[in-house]
Amino acid sequence: MPDKRVSPDDVVAEVRDGMTVGIGGWGSRRKPMSLVRALARSGVRDLTIVSYGGPDVGILCAAGVVRKVVFGFVTLDSIALEPNFRRARESGAVEAQELDEGMLYWGLFAAATKMPFLPLRSGLGSDVMRVNPDLKTVRSPYGGEELVAVPPIELDVALVHVNRADAAGAGQVLGPDLYFDDVFLRAARRRFVSCERVVPTEDLAKEGSVRTLRIYRSMVDGVIEAPRGAHFTSCPPDYDRDEAFQREYAKAAGDADAWAEFRAKYLDVDEDEYQVRVRRD
Amino acid sequence: MIDQPTRDEYCVVACADAWRGDGEILASAFGVVPTIGVRLAKATFEPGLLVTDGESYLVANTLPLGAPDEDKIVEGWVPFRTVFEMVWAGSRHAMLGASQLDRFGNSNISCIGDWAKPKVQLIGVRGAPGNTINHPVSYWIPNHSPRVFVKNVDMVSGVGYDRAWEAVVDERLDIRRVVTNLGVFDFETDQHTMRVRSLHPGVSLDEVRAATGFELAADDDVPETRDPTEEERDIIRNLIDPNGLRKQEVPAA
Repeated sequence: MPDKRVSPDDVVAEVRDGMTVGIGGWGSRRKPMSLVRALARSGVRDLTIVSYGGPDVGILCAAGVVRKVVFGFVTLDSIALEPNFRRARESGAVEAQELDEGMLYWGLFAAATKMPFLPLRSGLGSDVMRVNPDLKTVRSPYGGEELVAVPPIELDVALVHVNRADAAGAGQVLGPDLYFDDVFLRAARRRFVSCERVVPTEDLAKEGSVRTLRIYRSMVDGVIEAPRGAHFTSCPPDYDRDEAFQREYAKAAGDADAWAEFRAKYLDVDEDEYQVRVRRD
Repeated sequence: MIDQPTRDEYCVVACADAWRGDGEILASAFGVVPTIGVRLAKATFEPGLLVTDGESYLVANTLPLGAPDEDKIVEGWVPFRTVFEMVWAGSRHAMLGASQLDRFGNSNISCIGDWAKPKVQLIGVRGAPGNTINHPVSYWIPNHSPRVFVKNVDMVSGVGYDRAWEAVVDERLDIRRVVTNLGVFDFETDQHTMRVRSLHPGVSLDEVRAATGFELAADDDVPETRDPTEEERDIIRNLIDPNGLRKQEVPAA
């Protein structure tokens, strides 16, 4: 079987200016933060980020690598609003494409299944239609009901973080929700999975039920071993969200000097140094 | 018990009552008071409700807020993808929050000001557009004020009756209740505009009108919100919220 292990630098090298990057996880839960941090350091520009948004969106906006965010929400969960995303929107630094969260799923699923559109009721009557003038409706051929025709959301690159993977790219989510990670991977041209631990293939079924093996190696181009790679978001059962650090992040984001300090200490350093600096013994 | 019920307890039972009669549907709550309310409804008069732990388990037993996983009797697994499917199928009643709400029930959780460059960026529309036209919703507003109850919301996230009518999805709309720290409201008027259903004890209609930025429908004789029963008070205080987190969400009367 192929060995698809790559470094974070290899991943970043594939992300070029203007690309559309989908990021798995949900809010401040199981985000591929080590890859997000690598992207924030990369100097790439004008990315379109597609995400059930959390600090991934905030950090990339603050790093100046984002032109546009495609989202239904951006939140830190235990802190309702993402401060860096707020500032980026309020200052006009990034463009927005705001969708109903189900519409986001349907757009990714349309891309994943090569459909020109998928019908959906959600959005009708709301200002999602007003702020997305390109969204069209379609009449059902079976009775004439008008529905939103959700277009495919095609991704150049997808990044997700899981608990275990083998070197060939079989990914395992041991936590309570896969979220939409498999759909992000299927909607993308180049697909990268970071994981807490790379294990031999024969150990995957020992780690959890076969029903946790929902990411197949045919959906993955590169595997990155990144212990605590979702930090400071949650990654159960390996670790919970680092609430204290998240509060420190949110507080720093509210002030330019504090943010410069936070960035120098935690984001301008490589991943090994980051993990040393955030360790609390 | 000899002491009088408190405002937060009226709010909890008013939230609980929103799910009365719903049977075996997914009951979702956002906020502390609605979360206590939905657990109370399930523990007493509406045992059929399916209630999640906020992540992805359906929990069969009545638990305190913040209970650890090992105390949960799990009766089902509902990852977000399954929740979306239940939303689209209409088999859910969610009590949502709103930063702005207008007289037709349009709600906003997206942003304040011009969407293109907002004065305040909020969380985003989330699932509100789909929630409102697919299944019953209610709203919990802990701080009833003219800043929340506005003439026009800045970004229609949850759909109200006028917008639903324009989009020909009005038959799908079912906004059951708006529960606030001052009273309980519904949309049971000819025009589906917001109406006072009951006022919490000690609240006057004038006070509510002053705290509402649009014309509020009200019958001549507005009832008081019902008292919590002794059993309900016992469950709220001793079982679901022994640490009194509800009191942090509801300003004292």
